[in-house]
Amino acid sequence: MNPGDQLETHSFQVTRADLVRYAGASGDFNPIHWSDRVASSVGLPGVVAHGMFTMALAARALDAWAGRPGKVRELGCKFTRPVVVPDDDDGVRVEVAGTVQDVTGDSVRITLQVTCGQESVLGAAKAVLAR
Amino acid sequence: MPVDRSVAGRTFPPTAPYEVSEPKIREFAAATGCEYDGAAAPATFPIVVAFAAMQALMDDPDVGISLHRVVHGEQRFSYTRPVVAGDRLAAQLSVDSLRQIAGADIIGTSSQITDADGEHVCTAFATLVHREEG
Repeated sequence: MNPGDQLETHSFQVTRADLVRYAGASGDFNPIHWSDRVASSVGLPGVVAHGMFTMALAARALDAWAGRPGKVRELGCKFTRPVVVPDDDDGVRVEVAGTVQDVTGDSVRITLQVTCGQESVLGAAKAVLAR
Repeated sequence: MPVDRSVAGRTFPPTAPYEVSEPKIREFAAATGCEYDGAAAPATFPIVVAFAAMQALMDDPDVGISLHRVVHGEQRFSYTRPVVAGDRLAAQLSVDSLRQIAGADIIGTSSQITDADGEHVCTAFATLVHREEG
């Protein structure tokens, strides 16, 4: 990896079933991630993905770029826009792109662009990978 | 009701140790599509432990947080090493900052996640936005 390199974009399909599964695995059962009724009552357009689920997709792309799991030293982002997941079989697609910022002796600094339907959903997303 | 100002600077007791099992990592990896080769857990796995520490903050009646008003604003992890099966992890949360912006309380927290030997594994920084009653 060299500074300025664009890393291969990964595209992930996200359905309601994925959110239910993530709720169970993570222990985050906030109903805005599975109930349209509750989601609309707090002003959301519908059920939204857990921010941490979207962040996990970013981590998945990082593992792919690194070549194997366990190389992430830092990972951070802001949850700027909700990922609204419709109640159908297709769901939505979340795309994770990355750019190498700089490379030092033992680490690689990467900025991530995470989008859903052309809109950025994570702000200031960045990571450091061990080389 | 705004969040009690005195919570800023407060450190909560560590959570009860969480035993990380291989099936639990597999379940989390499957739910996020992450690869698991039997060694490192997915990078965001420590949220499971950090979440328990945040729960203690949100459940404390003196702090005055209503769960349905909380939005996760920001998250960051800084790792000393990856989480592996067999780890017994505890998380200790501190409230680092408390600001008010446009009627919302912005609560900056950090949770130190340590193993059974007390060695640092990861710090999970979370910013929680507590919105005023509509």
